[in-house]
Amino acid sequence: MHRTKVKVVEEALDANNTIATANRADFDRAGVRVVNFMSAPGAGKTSLLERVIADLDGVRAGVLEGDVQGSMDADRLAHLHVPVTQLNTDSGFGGECHLDANMVRSALPALPLAEIDLLVIENVGNLVCPAEFRVGEDARVMVCSVTEGEDKPLKYPLMFRTCELVLINKIDLLPHLDFDLDKLLYNLDAVHPDVERMLVSARTGEGIEAWRDWLAHVAAPEGVHA
Amino acid sequence: MHELSLSSAIVNTVVKHADGRAVTAVNMRIGALRQVVPDTLEFYFGFVAQGTVCEGARLEQELIAARLRCEPCAREWEIDAPLFRCPTCGGSAVTIVAGEEFEVESIHVEEVACTAPR
Repeated sequence: MHRTKVKVVEEALDANNTIATANRADFDRAGVRVVNFMSAPGAGKTSLLERVIADLDGVRAGVLEGDVQGSMDADRLAHLHVPVTQLNTDSGFGGECHLDANMVRSALPALPLAEIDLLVIENVGNLVCPAEFRVGEDARVMVCSVTEGEDKPLKYPLMFRTCELVLINKIDLLPHLDFDLDKLLYNLDAVHPDVERMLVSARTGEGIEAWRDWLAHVAAPEGVHA
Repeated sequence: MHELSLSSAIVNTVVKHADGRAVTAVNMRIGALRQVVPDTLEFYFGFVAQGTVCEGARLEQELIAARLRCEPCAREWEIDAPLFRCPTCGGSAVTIVAGEEFEVESIHVEEVACTAPR
C-alpha cells in the first residue's frame, strides 16, 4: 500500500452551486423570478411579507417557507390567499439551519410555478449559513431590525455583502431604543458600499410602499439580477 | 456554526475525488472572508467524516488573507476587518482579489496494490 496525492482544486460549495444553477434554469423556464429572503430569527421576514405579498401590482406571488420545524409562518400567510409551500429542514434529529439548493430542488414539484410570477423563499432565520448556500435565486434580500445592534454588518459581513437589498425593520421602535441608526448605516456602508437599503416598519407600514415596489419590480422582465 | 454544513460540503467533494480509496489527509485553502473558525471546522470535519472514506483523515487548512483592489487607484491591499471602501479614494469600485476561497486543493489517498490479474 502506498499513498498518493491527488490534485483536486475544487470549491467545496460547487456541488451546491451546480444544483442552484439547475433550479434557476427551471425557474427561468417557468417564467418565475425568485427572491431569497433572509435574516436573523425574529427580524420580521414574515411580517414584511404579510404586508405586501398579496398586493404586488398584479404580480402573482408565491412563498416557499423554510423552517426547521412547524408551519407557523405558513399559517400566518395562509389567510392572504397566496400559494404557500412549507419546507421543513428537520429530518428527525435536529434540522439544518439554512436552506440549500438541494432542499429547494426537492420542493420544486410541490410549487405551483405555472400560477406565479414571483417566488419568495423565506429562508431559515440565521445570519450565517444561508449566506453560503445559493438556492437558484435571482436576488437576495435581508432584513436587519433595529433591535439587533449597530455592529451586525461587521459581525456578519458574508450575509450583508451577499444581498442586493437590505431592509432595516422596526424603525417605529427607534424612539424607545439606545440604537444609533447612523452608526448602523455607517457600518453597512463599510461592509457593502452603495447597497440598496430601505428603512421600514412592518408594524406601522412606514417605508412599505418602497419594499412593495422593489419586490414587484423583481418580477418585471428587466428586474434585479444577482 | 456554519462549519458543520461546510464540513459536509468538504466531505462530499472529497468522496467524489477519492474514488473509493481511503483518504489520509485533505488540504484546504480557506479565505479569510469565509469566516471559518479553523478548530471548529476540524472538529465537525472529524464528525461528518465518520463512516466515509474521509474517516480519520487529517484536515490541513491553509488560510488565505483577504485582498482587495481598487481599479481607479490601481491599488491592492490586505484587510483584517470587513471594510470594503478604498482607503485612498473612499470609492466603492473595489473587487475582491483573494479571501473568498473555500477550496479542496488536494487529498492524500491510500492506493491498495492490485495483486489480482487485470
